[in-house]
Amino acid sequence: MNEQPLQSLDALRARQPRFRGLESGHRACQGCGEALAARLVTEAAGPDVVIANATGCLEVFTTPWPQSAWRLPWIHSVFGNVAAVAAGMEAALKQQGRATQVLAFAGDGGTFDIGFQALSGMMERGHDVLFICFDNEAYMNTGVQRSGSTPHAAMTTTSPPGAVRMGKRHMKKDILSIIAAHHIPYAATASVAYPSDLRNKVRRAMDTEGASFLQIHSPCPLGWGHDGSLTIEVARLAVQTGLFPIIEMERGELIGTLPIRDPKPVSDYLKLQNRFRHLFADAYRARKELEHLQAIANRNIERFELRGVGVEKYDTEGADTVHRGGDRWA
Amino acid sequence: MALALEGSQALARTIALCRPQVVAAYPITPQTHIVEGIAKLVADGKLDCEMVSVESEHSAASVALGAAVAGSRAYTASASQGILLMAEVLFDIAGLRVPLVMTCANRALSGPLNIWNDQQDSMAVRDAGWIQLYCATNQEAIDTTVQAFRIAERCELPVMVCVDGFTLTHTLEPLDLPSAEQVDGFLPAYRFHHGLDPADPRSLGTLVAPEHFSEVRHAHHQALMRAQTEIEQADHEWAAVVGRHCGGLLEVRGDAGARLGILTLGSVLGTLEDAMDNDPSLPRARFIKLRSYRPFPAQALRKACEGLDTLIVLERALSPGAGGIVGPEVQTALIEMEAPPRVHNFAAGLGGRDLTLDLYKSLVDAVLGEKRRHGFAIIDVDTTLLPEADR
Repeated sequence: MNEQPLQSLDALRARQPRFRGLESGHRACQGCGEALAARLVTEAAGPDVVIANATGCLEVFTTPWPQSAWRLPWIHSVFGNVAAVAAGMEAALKQQGRATQVLAFAGDGGTFDIGFQALSGMMERGHDVLFICFDNEAYMNTGVQRSGSTPHAAMTTTSPPGAVRMGKRHMKKDILSIIAAHHIPYAATASVAYPSDLRNKVRRAMDTEGASFLQIHSPCPLGWGHDGSLTIEVARLAVQTGLFPIIEMERGELIGTLPIRDPKPVSDYLKLQNRFRHLFADAYRARKELEHLQAIANRNIERFELRGVGVEKYDTEGADTVHRGGDRWA
Repeated sequence: MALALEGSQALARTIALCRPQVVAAYPITPQTHIVEGIAKLVADGKLDCEMVSVESEHSAASVALGAAVAGSRAYTASASQGILLMAEVLFDIAGLRVPLVMTCANRALSGPLNIWNDQQDSMAVRDAGWIQLYCATNQEAIDTTVQAFRIAERCELPVMVCVDGFTLTHTLEPLDLPSAEQVDGFLPAYRFHHGLDPADPRSLGTLVAPEHFSEVRHAHHQALMRAQTEIEQADHEWAAVVGRHCGGLLEVRGDAGARLGILTLGSVLGTLEDAMDNDPSLPRARFIKLRSYRPFPAQALRKACEGLDTLIVLERALSPGAGGIVGPEVQTALIEMEAPPRVHNFAAGLGGRDLTLDLYKSLVDAVLGEKRRHGFAIIDVDTTLLPEADR
């Protein structure tokens, strides 16, 4: 046994048995959920992979030329085509008879919005690609603009609250249901707050032949307005309130969930983040919006039976409605 | 041996002979017959290739890009709106110096909708950093396609083979297809050496800041300029195999001693040649077939224009608000000549307007006749169809 004490972080890292696909020394912010998620994914995926990466923070903070934090073969092309680039790599490797796994990395913009068509096409054609969505619920790389993934009522720079607005006017797109409708072999959500669950899902997806999809909830301290030390706490509360349900699907059918025995109120999650600060003003509209977000969480809990079967149902009234105009505001 | 083949069918069979490992395409008129032909060859087991029928041209270019960086020979084809939809990916492919080949079945751009032939589509991506080769005949399209893979792979640049939609793609005529042995000898198996491989992990398409970006562009520009040699050489060496050449960067035809020159890109050349041959009473012209538009062969062009008094640049596209696209570039290249010809610039045959034998006479009259015209014009416009204000 080597009894020499571990004196440095590098020495500690060198003792770790895990493969490191994404090295330290990249330029992500403190507490970046996406950087953590990418590290966890590449650790679980191992060295025999090729990665296509959409435009976004992950691309920018890992590869300021002439540096790169990747120890894996990696390409960035443009914003909206990552699923198609990955599909092309998969087609090539298949034709060459190579078993290297293809990964596609995108943020929520590159998944829900600009990259959605290519993603849908890739899944429809059944390419053996694992598509990872690092979901931080807005366009963070360009300075926190709203995306199709931004939750209802959240403040971003293009959905600011004001005298006649309460943040984003539209609901967070239910991307996993859309993915499920493609009946791909495997699709799941995960969170950086639950790393072993995340790793298991990466391995399971890689063992699946055909297209698979993993949406990883990845807090952005800068965009969400919370301290970098609270990333895991915030991510955990998103799950424990029911706002970000952790689920698994095969061929579009639900096969597993991370249960929440005792759900926390959504305000526990929201109050930690500056992007929801306007919901805690002493105002009728703010109270109503909090009720609305609680209804959305309740609906998730009931839809996926996160508290188990046979318990009394929560009130989910209003979860599906986004009111505009009149005496409603959001 | 000559076979009676539609241009697109001949191209599909030629592409199969080039053994692409991945073909990605989205259907658009008039490119469809090419990719349908390839799909059938794959279905019949005559081509071992992953045929990826994608959901958009944006993805067609992206799949081809992904396949090439994963080490495969890749091909795609498109036209018109498809070229524009894939435009951002075309720039990216070239900027990353990824070798692949695309056929552009040249077609007009919307709006208004028009599915017929002109060259506005490939001209719109002139600055994407691709090699662009224009084909005057279907035989040239066949031979240029084979050469394009060689050029792309040796220069590590993408090549767009521009083939006039319908005029060439849908015309049935006797064509010579090369044999598999001829193509295999000319195109050895290839693997992109900057490709993605877990055994030697690289990062491609990284963030390049101002301190390095100009150098990237400089290197790309230089690579395209150097490609002129490879384009000439590929044509020369392929001619040694099949006994036909396509003209390298450009080709001088017609009456070499004439003082009047006409420069064209694509299939209109044959019409002009026939018109001149049919009527000995018309003034003679030297034809310059510009085959390589990117890289732009300025030096070869000056040589081809020696002794000319007048040069007509005839285009199948225009830059509205300015005039011609190729014309000003030609004029700039010729400034360095001791006695440059006077350059006249016309567009014709836009949106598939038929180019008849009369075109030759109207061009000649426009520059030599009593009613000489100056500046750019769409020469076959019928102003009587227009309201007074637009004439």
